[in-house]
Amino acid sequence: MGLEVHLQLATESKIFSGAATRFGAEPNVQACAVDLGMPGMLPVLNARAVQYAVMFGLGVGARIGKRSVFDRKNYFYPDLPKGYQVSQFFEPIVCEGKFEVPMPDGSLFPVRITRAHLEEDAGKSVHDAYAGQTGIDLNRAGTPLLEIVTEPDFRTAEQAVAYLKSLHSLATYLGISDGNMAEGSMRCDVNISLRPTGTEVYGTRTEIKNVNSFRFVEKAIAVETERQMDILESGGHIVQETRLYDADRNETRSMRSKEVANDYRYFPEPDLLPIVLDDAYIDNIRAGLPELPGAKRARFIETYGLSDYDASLLVDSRTTADFFEAATDISKAPKLTANWILGDLAGALNRESLDLTESPVSPEALAGLIVRIADDTLSSKLAKQVFEGLWLGEGTADEIIEARGLKQVTDTGALESLVAQVIEGHPDQVTQYQAADEAKQKKLLGFFVGQVMKASKGQANPQRLNGLLRAMLDSG
Amino acid sequence: MSPNELSTATAVELAAALRAKTMSAVELTQACLATIARENPVLNAAITVCGEQAIEEATAADTLLRRGDGGTLTGIPLLHKDIFCTRDVATTCASRMLENFIPPYDATVVSRLRAAGTIMLGKTNMDEFAMGSSTETSVFGETRNPWNIHCVPGGSSGGTAAAVAAGFTPLGTGTDTGGSIRQPASLCGITGLKPTYGRVSRLGIIAFASSLDQAGPMTRTAEDAALMLQVMSGLDPGDSTSADIEVPDFRANLGDPISGLKIGIPKEYFSSSLEPRVAASIQAALVELEREGAELVDIDLPHTDQGIPTYYIIAPAEASANLSRYDGVRFGYRCEAPTDLNDLYERSRTEGFGEEVKRRILVGTYALSTGFYDAYFKKAQQVRRLISEDFNTAFETCDVIAGPAAPGVAFGLGTKTTDPLAMYLEDIYTLSVNLAGLPGISVPAGLLDGMPVGLQLIGRAFDEATLLRVAHRFQLRTDHHLARPVPTAVNP
Repeated sequence: MGLEVHLQLATESKIFSGAATRFGAEPNVQACAVDLGMPGMLPVLNARAVQYAVMFGLGVGARIGKRSVFDRKNYFYPDLPKGYQVSQFFEPIVCEGKFEVPMPDGSLFPVRITRAHLEEDAGKSVHDAYAGQTGIDLNRAGTPLLEIVTEPDFRTAEQAVAYLKSLHSLATYLGISDGNMAEGSMRCDVNISLRPTGTEVYGTRTEIKNVNSFRFVEKAIAVETERQMDILESGGHIVQETRLYDADRNETRSMRSKEVANDYRYFPEPDLLPIVLDDAYIDNIRAGLPELPGAKRARFIETYGLSDYDASLLVDSRTTADFFEAATDISKAPKLTANWILGDLAGALNRESLDLTESPVSPEALAGLIVRIADDTLSSKLAKQVFEGLWLGEGTADEIIEARGLKQVTDTGALESLVAQVIEGHPDQVTQYQAADEAKQKKLLGFFVGQVMKASKGQANPQRLNGLLRAMLDSG
Repeated sequence: MSPNELSTATAVELAAALRAKTMSAVELTQACLATIARENPVLNAAITVCGEQAIEEATAADTLLRRGDGGTLTGIPLLHKDIFCTRDVATTCASRMLENFIPPYDATVVSRLRAAGTIMLGKTNMDEFAMGSSTETSVFGETRNPWNIHCVPGGSSGGTAAAVAAGFTPLGTGTDTGGSIRQPASLCGITGLKPTYGRVSRLGIIAFASSLDQAGPMTRTAEDAALMLQVMSGLDPGDSTSADIEVPDFRANLGDPISGLKIGIPKEYFSSSLEPRVAASIQAALVELEREGAELVDIDLPHTDQGIPTYYIIAPAEASANLSRYDGVRFGYRCEAPTDLNDLYERSRTEGFGEEVKRRILVGTYALSTGFYDAYFKKAQQVRRLISEDFNTAFETCDVIAGPAAPGVAFGLGTKTTDPLAMYLEDIYTLSVNLAGLPGISVPAGLLDGMPVGLQLIGRAFDEATLLRVAHRFQLRTDHHLARPVPTAVNP
């Protein structure tokens, strides 16, 4: 499999005009005369789009095309105002590169980037606004896109999805795209072919167009692989064609076959000069790049002693990574902090459908909680109650501990008296315990722990309690 | 000034009269509108006349002039070729496709000339989408040559050429993709300059072939051309191909002698395709330049013959894409009751475009098709470079190149309409200049049986100043540019 990703660049204005690029505006209010392809109008290249493309190229370790040229891709469609799309065909701005993608198991999967080029987006056909007629919304026409093409390096859907997630993460780190897949900021085409195990030559491929979520990519690959497999196993041939993934029916279906496909008649766009970049320009952008996910991941493992898995999850988004670092700065307990961010905090955010940027618990507040876990003030069970308080905005961890009276009982004297009460109150169980074998003892120990916890309203320090109970029971 | 004097006066003379208050801008404008009203029914050079608006503009110009404000061009009337977008005024490209198109914006050339105080009289006829050399492919009917109304004015800027020659206006604009300013200037006996590619903004000019199109002045003298070019030139942030290069004062050294200047004579421009009597007229003009002190040197432009095939791949290829936007969806002609999307496209374009436009779209589409790109478009681009190198080499031994602007004088209406190749040969001496992006000017070099002949001068890139100087010295020495056709109203 090879992937083509269309990444919408987060420029303020369009790639060749001054019209705004905001999503969700009334139809056609963000389309100026240039976007409408009005007679006599000419494109002027948005320098920011070039900068973003170069940032991306450097981010995936690709060679930057010092000279790149725009071409016209000719075809008729109502949402394509000029009858051609301005793209880069012969000489792209980003050339070959190699991108290391972290896999869920913590390993790195290398993907060869073939190229990435700048182009303008088309508008949209609106089929449901007028009965029996199609409307055209050209707000999106001229939005800058970076089309990122890979070599056919993917063998599994898992690899493809990991690559896409990684690309998404890179783009948001660089701030070159908002990465909002639901609004079409990242759209993926999957080229897929099968071949018998052990053979070198790729089979005939199909292209699944415009899959716009990670989950759909995974499913589309699964059903298309199965479809091709069925055809090949029953002795049939794959037709080279473009297919569409229908999420509702979980199937791919033919859009158009290559035989009747457009001849795009690419030729250099005479209205635009070639983009010529000098080393100073590229070096300047390189110097201004933020720390990227790959480097950050390595640093998290190295500096904080995190697992590959946790580090990958944390660096996945820059917001999460920044949150983690801010909290760890205070808590000085990286592993615990990572667990809380990826566990309880992520879970709570997910339940409320909130983004980390909207979290009611700040890195400082979470760190305050973790400090109290690390110093044994809180058991993990109590910590969950404090977290609940933080979430509800009841104050800092310490304030909540005070107000709710959640301090863990760690004082040996207090614990001893609690244990003594429980032993006294359950003489039968004590006798059973003392007569039992090791396995049975363990089970009974649990009973005593439970009773002490109950007596302490959950505030007894479980580690201390264990030792104390065992000693006191044994000494019987 | 008498109406007759008015219709032959130059912008420089008219500007002096306006300042001397011997005449007002309104009077001048009225005189021009009167000439148009009298002559245009026969010539069909103007296809839109903005009488009321022109008078309003002239009134405003008079206010400025009375205060002693404004520039040289304040109050001077002009006509724009109908390929320049003019705000709130129909801009049709002489095509059914854009018959009702009213742009909400001005082309940069239009706004710059407007800002300089010129009065827009209206819009001139042209070959449809500037594709042609005779102004016969216009949906509004052909323009006639004021020197002989049975002949063409040349094209595609034939409307402006005829208008300037017939006294409608002292100034007009044209565009030149393969000779569309110089050839009609030659055939109508006026001065027409195609500037260096990039000198004048293309923004707001309806595109034919983007890498070749260039707007320029069409006037009665080289001095007026310099005056107009001054205003039209310069970087436009809205056109990425407009050149960020200093615009000199084109009139500053206009009168400087040209002694010692080397004028290259390409033998390829005097081959069998040139009418012998035209050749003689051009030779006579060259002798005048020699008398001015210029030195004539022989040069070679060996790829001249490849100009036409090269041009007729590149220009249609670019045009095929440029004209794709006319699809009946957003603006322009839409067919009646389309049954589906393809029907909408096919019939809107079939009915909206004329024969020559369709021919070029087909040629261009073919040249870019898979399997033919290398053989045609790519090869044409390579030859284009060779043609460009020919000029570079030539300019090592000369400062200006001189030759004919067209292979003959104006030909009869309808005589070449059924033979596209014969029509294409009209541009044999001009289109290489577009392929190389160089400036070229056509100036009147005398009459043959009452029909004008044009001398073409070609310059180095961005050296319009030298071209204008040679042309101006030639016009100081000769009176070919003063010859005027007899008004058609008395010459049916």
